Formats: sequence, structure tokens, C-alpha cells
Amino acid sequence: MVEGPFLEFERPIIELEKKISDMKDFSVGENIELNGEIASMQKKLNKLREEIYTHLTRWQKVQLSRHPRRPYTLDYIKMMSHDFIELHGDRYFADDKAMVGGFAFIDKQPVMFVGQQKGRDTKEKLYRNFGMAHPEGYRKALRLFRLAEKFQVPIVVLIDTPGAFPGIGAEERGQAEAIARNIRDMSRIKVPIVIVIIGEGASGGALGVGIGDRVMMLEYSWYSVISPEGCAAILWRDAAKASEAAEALKLTSEDLMALGIIDKIIKEPPSGAHNNPDMAAVNVKKEILEALDELSKKPVEQLLEERLNKYRKIGVYNE
Amino acid sequence: MAWFRKDKTGLTPQEKKNIPEGLWTKCKSCGEVVYSKKMEELLWVCPNCDFHFRISSQKYISLLLDDGYLDEYDVNLSSQDPLKFKDSKKYSDRIKQAQQKTGKIEGVTSGMGKIGGIEVSFAIMNFEFIGGSMGSVVGEKIARAIERAINNEIPLIIISSSGGARMQEGILSLMQMAKTSALLAILAEKKIPYISILTNPTTAGVMASYASLGDVILAEPKALLGFAGPRVIQQTIGQDLPEGFQSTEFFLAKGFVDCIVNRRDLRDTVIKFLHYMWRQ
Ligand SMILES: [Zn+2]
Repeated sequence: MVEGPFLEFERPIIELEKKISDMKDFSVGENIELNGEIASMQKKLNKLREEIYTHLTRWQKVQLSRHPRRPYTLDYIKMMSHDFIELHGDRYFADDKAMVGGFAFIDKQPVMFVGQQKGRDTKEKLYRNFGMAHPEGYRKALRLFRLAEKFQVPIVVLIDTPGAFPGIGAEERGQAEAIARNIRDMSRIKVPIVIVIIGEGASGGALGVGIGDRVMMLEYSWYSVISPEGCAAILWRDAAKASEAAEALKLTSEDLMALGIIDKIIKEPPSGAHNNPDMAAVNVKKEILEALDELSKKPVEQLLEERLNKYRKIGVYNE
Repeated sequence: MAWFRKDKTGLTPQEKKNIPEGLWTKCKSCGEVVYSKKMEELLWVCPNCDFHFRISSQKYISLLLDDGYLDEYDVNLSSQDPLKFKDSKKYSDRIKQAQQKTGKIEGVTSGMGKIGGIEVSFAIMNFEFIGGSMGSVVGEKIARAIERAINNEIPLIIISSSGGARMQEGILSLMQMAKTSALLAILAEKKIPYISILTNPTTAGVMASYASLGDVILAEPKALLGFAGPRVIQQTIGQDLPEGFQSTEFFLAKGFVDCIVNRRDLRDTVIKFLHYMWRQ
């Protein structure tokens, strides 16, 4: 049984789940055998779930990526690794709580984790600035990438951001410069970099920590040049047209796979990562380890050349 | 003394009224009214407040390059509509309209030329083409300009003016930031100079990639520069923005621009920098 907030299109599933759970309680409490009925309702539930989830619109997938119970970066780090030591600060200005990172072991593999962190309740959301990093967040990330490079530790980036923060301080401290530098410098970091978009991948805020040798997306994550709301506000002049913008932007994991932008889609548990975070983490961990295993066999020159070519060839045009 | 003040046109308001539209130009920044012919002589820089009007790519080419000559490359690169994108307008129609409006196939003009006798790879963005937005073609043309600098071992000069990545090509546009920036890393390793020139406006995806990565960053006065657009910031913080926020002068004060350069000094300034940074 699911606890906590849910999305409107999840309602029929949640209601049926509640019915099944009530029937089980009733069966136990009254000592009445209802196994047949329960099994048939369970079958109905599976069918309903399949029906809803195979016909999700792009906008519904965006909503799943923002599900209030969806696992966040530190959740994944906790579920996938051990002995995580968080590192703080960019050494210039501050420690950005919207960007986290540090050393950890995934099984026996040491890695440097970096990623945006969202908050779950109001207080934590504010503390994490809704996962929207300032320049010092991007500079902290680059410091950690350099540290990893220096000591030959591969890098794993978990991306989950509605965008780099658009504010006065962010402009004063050079948000554009910080992101540009990260994009350029990440393309030459001499250790393997694995990128996983676990939730929202909005624009330069995502790309600013998003250059790597393997780029993967969780099934119900999105990655786009602009958020659906931002796009709707500019092109439709109405942020409420976000669902139309989401369709037009082609921003789901399937879209990006079809466009040749990402290397892999990581399957989520039935009904999404929030319904079984442990299983989601197992899937993500498996893909990270496989990718690192493969990448670590490549000589540095080859790794960097392939990384450059990966981005060099992106673009659709007539000549 | 009359009740009205004569401005630098030397015309009274009544006289001004009688000048046909197009003969004079009103400064968007200070409101000064100047004869268009005079503005042309001044390279479209307001004599009163130094505001730099937007001028065409061709004007920059004649202003900057020896003999005003650019050997243009990649002229026929043209956009597709990979997402079949449609908002109030079809993307394919937007491209056609931009082509008709500008007489250009896409938003970047690029090629090889000389500045003060020094051979350079040169690219300039055209804001009139869908807001100077960067899609696959803009990204590819910039990428090839960088590669020409790398392969011929010649300095790179890019004049930017852009509202950012082109939404109508979705993620493909975002990835042009990666493509261009990754090539600039190679250029930097080869110690080949890159001079980035920012003009009004340079923001978002272009500012957050190659425009910010020059060895030297020059900017025209009073240009709008930044990551996020002023309206987005205003909505986010829910208050008015400080005066002069996100201007060239603000960028210089905060340490993100090397020099503010008046358009009439641009060529000489670039040549000076090349003399310091480049020995053929
Ligand atoms: Zn003026």
C-alpha cells in the first residue's frame, strides 16, 4: 500500500490497491477465505497498471519525474554505495546545498559522486534551493571532478534539476561562465564519467555537470533544452500550456534514445521509481558498474577521443 | 532661450516632427534623436549615450576584416525540423520567414579572413535570425569555425548575439553547447587564441558555452549579457532588478568581461590582442 501524495493518474491504481488491502484485512480479521477474489483483483490491478503506464503522455512522465516520493540523489547514493563522505564548498564563495558530491564505494569500486539534490519537505526544499544550483555549485562540482581526476577515481553524476538558479546572485557570480567552463573542462577530464539523469534534466543546469562517456536516463526522467513550463511561457505565452510544450520538445528517455543523444534507458520498477526505490537503485547501480567496467579498460587517449566524438557528431542539418 | 532644449540634432521638436520617418533614428537607450545618415557615420553608436545599435553581420565584417572581406564557408548548411516542432507556428515556417527576412540561410556567417594581416577563423551570429538562437546549424557552423582554427593553426574570433539555444530543436540545441565547448578545449590545449566578442544581447545557452570561453572576452557597451533572461529572474525573485543589472558594465564590474570596447575601436583592439597572443 502506498503512503503519501500521489499523482492524479495514479488514483485508480491507488484505489484498487486500497480495495485489495482492505479485502486482505477483512479476510484475516473475519477468518474468511477470499484468495480467489484477491487473486483476481490483483490480476485486474496489474492490467490496470500496465494500461495506464504504457499510455503515459510525455507530460505525465514529466510529472512522474517530479513525483514527491521519487528518490533523490542522496537517496540513490545511500542505496547504491557505502562509506560516502560528502565534500563541501567551491573554495571561492560557499557550499551550495543544491549540489552535493563526495567519495563513495559502489561495492568494491571507488567513485566520485556529484549531483543536484532536491528537498522533500518545505524546509528541506528551501535548504536545497529546489535542486537549483548557483555558480558555486557548478564550481564545487568541477573541483570534485578535478580531485577525482587527480587520484584516478571514476566519476558518477546523478542529474536531477529544474534548472540552474536564475537569480541576482547567480548572475553576479557568473552562472553562465561557471556552466560554460564545466562543459568545456568535463570534456577533457581524464577519468571515466558516467551520467545518469534520475529525474529532471533541465537545460544548462543539467548539462553543466552532464558531459560524460556514458549518458543514461531513468525511464521516467526528462532531459531538455528548456523546461516544459519555460518553453510554454515563451512560445505559447502561457505556462499552463506546459503539457503541449512537453509533447513538442520530445524530452522523454525514449525520445532521447531515438534521437541518439543518450546511450541507454534504465528501466524503472512498475509504476515508477517511487513505488520501489530499492529496485530502482539496484537497476541504476548495475548499469553504472557495467559502464565503469567497460570504460576503465580504455586508454585515456581513446576515452577522451570517443567522448569528444560523442558530442561532435550531434546535430541534424542539410548540407 | 526657447522653452525647448535643442539636442544634438540641432532640431526643435517641431522640426523633428517634419522629418520623414527613416531619415532620423531615436536612441532606444536615451531617446536622443539623430539623423540616420549621421548614425551610419557613427557606426550606429549613439553620440549621446554610447548605446550600440544592432548592425548587420556584413557591417561587422567590413568593420573588422581586412578589405572587409570574408571567404565564407559552410554557406549552404541549412536547418531541418527534426522534432516536427509546432507552437503557434511551425518551426519550418519560422525558418522560411527568417530566411526571407535576413536573406541568409541560417543564423551564423563564418569563414576565413584577415585582421591586420593575420589570418583568422571568423564567425558572427545574426540576432535577426530567430533571435540568434542556436540550433544544429548554428552549432555546427561554430564547431567548424573552431576546427578551422585548430587545423590551420590560426586565431579564432566569434562575435556573439543570441537569446540562447533554439527551443524548436529541443535537446539537439542544448547539445550544441557541448559540441562547441568540447572543441574549444582542444583549441585551448593547442594554445591558439580565441577572442570572444559579445554584442547586444548575448544570453543563455550561447553565453553559457562558447561566448564565455574566450581567452579574452570583449563586449560592446550597454549590451544585455547574462545567463537567465531579466524577465525570468524577475519572476523568480518577485522583485524589480537593480539598475544596470546584466549590462556589459555590470559584467565588467563582476569580473566576467576583459574590456568594454566601442565599436569604432573594435578592429584595433582585436589586432592589439592578437599581437600579444599570437606569433605567426
Ligand atoms: Zn543614446
